[in-house]
Amino acid sequence: MDVRKLVQDLHVVKNIRLNDRHFLLELVAPETFPMLLPGQFVQALVKDSPSTFLRRPFSIHSVDYVNNTLRLLIQLKGAGTHHLSLLREGEPLNLIYPLGNSFSFPQTNDVLLIGGGCGVAPLLFLSQFLRQQHQIHPTMLLGFKTKEEVTEIEEYSRFGNVHVITDDGTEGEKGLVVDHSLIRDGINQFKKIYACGPEPMLRAIAKIAGIHHIDCEVSLENTMACGFGVCLCCVTATQTGNERVCVEGPVFNTRKLKWN
Amino acid sequence: MIDLSVNIAGLIFKNPVTTASGTFGYGDEFRDFIDLGQLGGVFVKAVTGKNRDGNAYPRMSETPSGMLNSVGLQNRGVDYFCREIYPKIKDFNTNVIVNVSGSTLEEYVEVAGRINELAKIPAIELNISCPNVKLGGMAFGTVPSMAADVTSAVRKVYKKVLMVKLSPNVTSIAEIAKAVVDGGADVITLINTLLGMAIDAEQRRPVLSTITGGLSGPAIKPVALRMVWQVHKAVPVPIIGLGGIMNATDAIEFFLAGATAIQVGTANFIDPQVSVKIVAGIEEYLVRHHLDSVNSLIGALRTD
Repeated sequence: MDVRKLVQDLHVVKNIRLNDRHFLLELVAPETFPMLLPGQFVQALVKDSPSTFLRRPFSIHSVDYVNNTLRLLIQLKGAGTHHLSLLREGEPLNLIYPLGNSFSFPQTNDVLLIGGGCGVAPLLFLSQFLRQQHQIHPTMLLGFKTKEEVTEIEEYSRFGNVHVITDDGTEGEKGLVVDHSLIRDGINQFKKIYACGPEPMLRAIAKIAGIHHIDCEVSLENTMACGFGVCLCCVTATQTGNERVCVEGPVFNTRKLKWN
Repeated sequence: MIDLSVNIAGLIFKNPVTTASGTFGYGDEFRDFIDLGQLGGVFVKAVTGKNRDGNAYPRMSETPSGMLNSVGLQNRGVDYFCREIYPKIKDFNTNVIVNVSGSTLEEYVEVAGRINELAKIPAIELNISCPNVKLGGMAFGTVPSMAADVTSAVRKVYKKVLMVKLSPNVTSIAEIAKAVVDGGADVITLINTLLGMAIDAEQRRPVLSTITGGLSGPAIKPVALRMVWQVHKAVPVPIIGLGGIMNATDAIEFFLAGATAIQVGTANFIDPQVSVKIVAGIEEYLVRHHLDSVNSLIGALRTD
């Protein structure tokens, strides 16, 4: 299934500040969306920002096919994301999309979604998709730094059971996602894990999944220049050689990655 | 009537806009974005003798007005290219030119000989300027005698248009240009990336796995223009210019410096449609200046 990639100006419907470090951009497309899949991402053009040069990749956070809008959950990191945080209602944002593969469809109902920090971004779309397209009620484990960064829980809760853990314990359990009781004591109830977050977190999850023989897919966020497969900058080492995170990924089954 | 076509060593390009090797995949990746038939030519990703995995990640760092890369010529090798890639790209409605690279003189000769057999590839671009491989690559492009040797060795087995892509990491670009023309090059392409480096101060580590990498993008355009100008004055062969071209105005500057055609490189990453926009922009420039051909701009810089 090869969906045509678009280079398109979308327009800002809402720019919602969630907390000190995160904001949501809701964008409306000029025409009906092509089929968008959870795990796919967009490359956003940061206009008139002299200190940035390349586009910025963001995973699709949620999609509303009725209103033809999508949302991006963005963490303020540097000049590019700062520039995007200043976008106002009605302003255009040029995107190349949809890019990358997607999370696979599970052959089980016992599904665990694990997100850490900004890695929660694709999991809202994934949980929405699993619920609406596959009638699956996933369990979600979302890790944040602190209480102030715990946001949109009611959104995730529309599609599954949500568990929260914070680094400092100000909300939910305390620690990193792998410290959560769901992982320590209840991991065997799951037959499929989908995870997105910092690479050390993903490696730790992959290890646990391996020990318990649970099929596990992770979404990587390697730095990239183009996002559509030509620069070969974002590669990750796999059992079949270096593969592009932007085309063969961003979602990889952990069995395929050379992480051991 | 505006004529955008140019003749480069007997090969006709419908317009002077082509795409740089390593920034355009095998062309196929751009079919969603543009009609390849609107381009003068496409230079496809470097081909080497054997499969190369390339360098370890991280391979890229954004820099002011540009980027550093250290991909390291990742490709599946010439057998795979001839068997799997060539059938898919041979009927593009444009000149499809293959970038040929290697670690040894023998490897360059082997790959060039194999590509010579492909009927629908009218030219090769000899890459003696990749800064990201341990052996060969740029080493051949920074010593005039080695540049001449590899060019003449390939010349013996390659019967069609032979282009040689030069490295800017040299003291005298004119000297290297003369050496490859003496070796039998029909066309000179320049410039490849400038050797550079990026450091993460917080981690106190290099950003790239290879420590150094190749700088591209608008940051290098002034260097590229200077070198095109120097080579234009030094040798009588046509030049294909590249280095930081983002729009039609940049392209015109390269023609004025002495280039007959240009390659769009890093700009493809930011706007995959930019190459066809540059074709339109060149036409608009010619109309505005009451010129009927690109040829009247080549080397037409006024220095009096």
